[in-house]
Amino acid sequence: MSGGHCFTGLCLALLIGAGGAPSLAAPATPAERTYSDSGPEAQLARIYQEIEKNRLDTALTQVEVLLKAYPNFRLGHLIRGDLLLARAGPINVFGAAVNAPAEKLADLRDEAVARLKAYREKPPANYVPRYLLQLQPEQKFAVVVDTEKARLYLYENHNGQPRFLADYYISHGKAGGDKLREGDQKTPIGVYHVTASLPRQKLGDFYGSGAFPISYPNEWDKRQGRNGHGIWLHGTPSDTFSRPPRASNGCVVLANQDLDALAKMLQIGTTPVIISNNIEWLSLDDWQAQRSALQKSISDWRADWESLDPEKYLRHYSKRFLSGKQNYEQWAAQKRQVNSGKQWVKVATNNISMFRNPGAEEMVVIAFEQDYRSSNLNNVMKKRQYWVKEDGAWKIIYEGGA
Amino acid sequence: MTRSKFSGEKYNIMTSSRLPALAAIALAVTVIFAPLAARADTLQEANALFKQGQFGPALEKAEMVLVAKPKDAQARFLKGLILTEMSRQNDAIAVFTKLTEDYPELPEPYNNLAVLYAQQRQFEKAKNALEMAIRTHPSYATAHENLGDIYARMASQAYDKALQLDSSNASAQTKLSMIRELMGASASSSRPTQVATRSNPAAGKIPAPAAPAPAAPVDTKPVVEKPVEAKPAAVAAVEPKPAAAGAKQDAEKTVQDWAAAWSRKDVKAYLAYYAKDFQTPGNEARAEWEAERGRRINKPGEIQVTVEKLQITIDGERATAHFRQSYRSASLKTGSNKTLALVRRDSKWLIQQERVGN
Repeated sequence: MSGGHCFTGLCLALLIGAGGAPSLAAPATPAERTYSDSGPEAQLARIYQEIEKNRLDTALTQVEVLLKAYPNFRLGHLIRGDLLLARAGPINVFGAAVNAPAEKLADLRDEAVARLKAYREKPPANYVPRYLLQLQPEQKFAVVVDTEKARLYLYENHNGQPRFLADYYISHGKAGGDKLREGDQKTPIGVYHVTASLPRQKLGDFYGSGAFPISYPNEWDKRQGRNGHGIWLHGTPSDTFSRPPRASNGCVVLANQDLDALAKMLQIGTTPVIISNNIEWLSLDDWQAQRSALQKSISDWRADWESLDPEKYLRHYSKRFLSGKQNYEQWAAQKRQVNSGKQWVKVATNNISMFRNPGAEEMVVIAFEQDYRSSNLNNVMKKRQYWVKEDGAWKIIYEGGA
Repeated sequence: MTRSKFSGEKYNIMTSSRLPALAAIALAVTVIFAPLAARADTLQEANALFKQGQFGPALEKAEMVLVAKPKDAQARFLKGLILTEMSRQNDAIAVFTKLTEDYPELPEPYNNLAVLYAQQRQFEKAKNALEMAIRTHPSYATAHENLGDIYARMASQAYDKALQLDSSNASAQTKLSMIRELMGASASSSRPTQVATRSNPAAGKIPAPAAPAPAAPVDTKPVVEKPVEAKPAAVAAVEPKPAAAGAKQDAEKTVQDWAAAWSRKDVKAYLAYYAKDFQTPGNEARAEWEAERGRRINKPGEIQVTVEKLQITIDGERATAHFRQSYRSASLKTGSNKTLALVRRDSKWLIQQERVGN
């Protein structure tokens, strides 16, 4: 009897279909994917399939199952409302609630689109985020966040190669990514790591099941004049399962159950958290090629340092180099002077991690344990370097203790 | 949000002494005849008091009937209505619940139970009760309309949770229709003693399907009788006559045009498809029936009536049309099988009977 009318409002597929091409060159078939479907997305996708086939009764039954699992899932309640209202009469908008605040509806629509898109456009298993060039052995896991997709991807370190573990819906800053200033309600874009774990007992309900501050602003951020602080990964207040895609003051917010799952993996001071506006994915072949090129640059830098020829060593440094108050000239003068007093230098670089910095500029953040031995000085330290590509070659633009 | 119409402007309580079955019993068992008559009088008094808004005295009278006849469905039904009016919702719920248990084939107690549950915002229970009403009487329009409202109310609750709204204020109170009559005796208040007829209290024209009277309890207590036939009445027996060529197409066109007139809310054209001797539901007066149809069709909002799977059988000057009718209005969405008995007069097919079902 209701055959003809299209529940255009419910047919989010139209919205999603119009949402631009997938960012991947070669999407894999679902069979190739190894993703865990632990969150509500799989159920949500099934519900929308039923809606598209106009099997609204089945859809309603499934929404009720969904809500049993996630009682505070507002989006689920909205869909349930639409499906119930569709029984009373035709509806033609997503969220057909009378007097619904447009902003709240838009938030839920965005969440629906984000969740379904992430579910339908999962990256193929043989692709990795290009940022994870090398995890050092102690880094068991890596976190990569895509703000535009409202998604967090968790990878494990499988013999140096990132292997997908799970992905979660996230919320980020109200004003988007690329944090610049304190209070700009943006989420920083860059290479960070988890610096602490704040247990829920020390936090208000607003932060849900816990919080993990990250290392914003990093050395590069500071050099760029970016400020602000207190960027955390944290949970969700008890009155809702999730928040809209753009909701926080810059933090990355997960559902409590997802934060709890993630928390088990996070190593304080160690686990990298890389935040991008739009993750670029590489095939494993491309990833391997980029990684090898960088490894060679690092190896050359180390060998040239051991050569005691300051000019060979200094060619690895960008003219824009800056470390603390030292610019390139000062750095070069100091190295020339130091090297002249040495008979030999041996440098070992252990536990190297290499993370590409998201963004237009080709930049890599490299960290390692440096074991420096020389005729007159021995020193072991943790070091961090930022390398940039200049005229086709990788150059160091920042170097300092980590 | 959709709102169903209040259906029972006139509430009519069928008095048992007019029921043939009961009459037969009464004749056979003259000893109890007098008490029955007394009950009928008392019940009428209760009903009259109820209509005057004198709920306390009405309740007393109803209780008097129930002292003599504790199982009496009419009296219990009236008691439920009185208690509802007295805002004794839980008591009313108890009365209607018991009625559904004793007379599970009656849709009205389920419906009223649903209305009461809805007032208490127990929409899931309300929905279940209405679904029971519809299960017993698939074409029961009030239940369908009320169910539509329940869905809308449930939707509203879901939206509240989704959007963190609070619409549970008084203005959002449900406006579901309470059925005021059991088995729809259509006597208006001005004709209180008229023989019970069977106007449908809800959409009027969507009849309760034929169902046998609930088996009378072995004792002689008055029972409520179901309408003995669907209303509009069952299709008349067809007379074998040679069918004229093209008669079928004409009849098909008539049915489609009838649905079209209904859809465009052209009451005059719509009514013109009904024969002068059209059997109005419950033998209602033609004028009253027409007025009621006009009022319903002119309710605000679009109406869409479509006819599907139309099958016409021609038998001389008579035809039977079976089809699937999809009805959609602002407040109601139904699909039902319908049968029209058509008669050809002056080379024009007219509806003589209309009923839900095949």
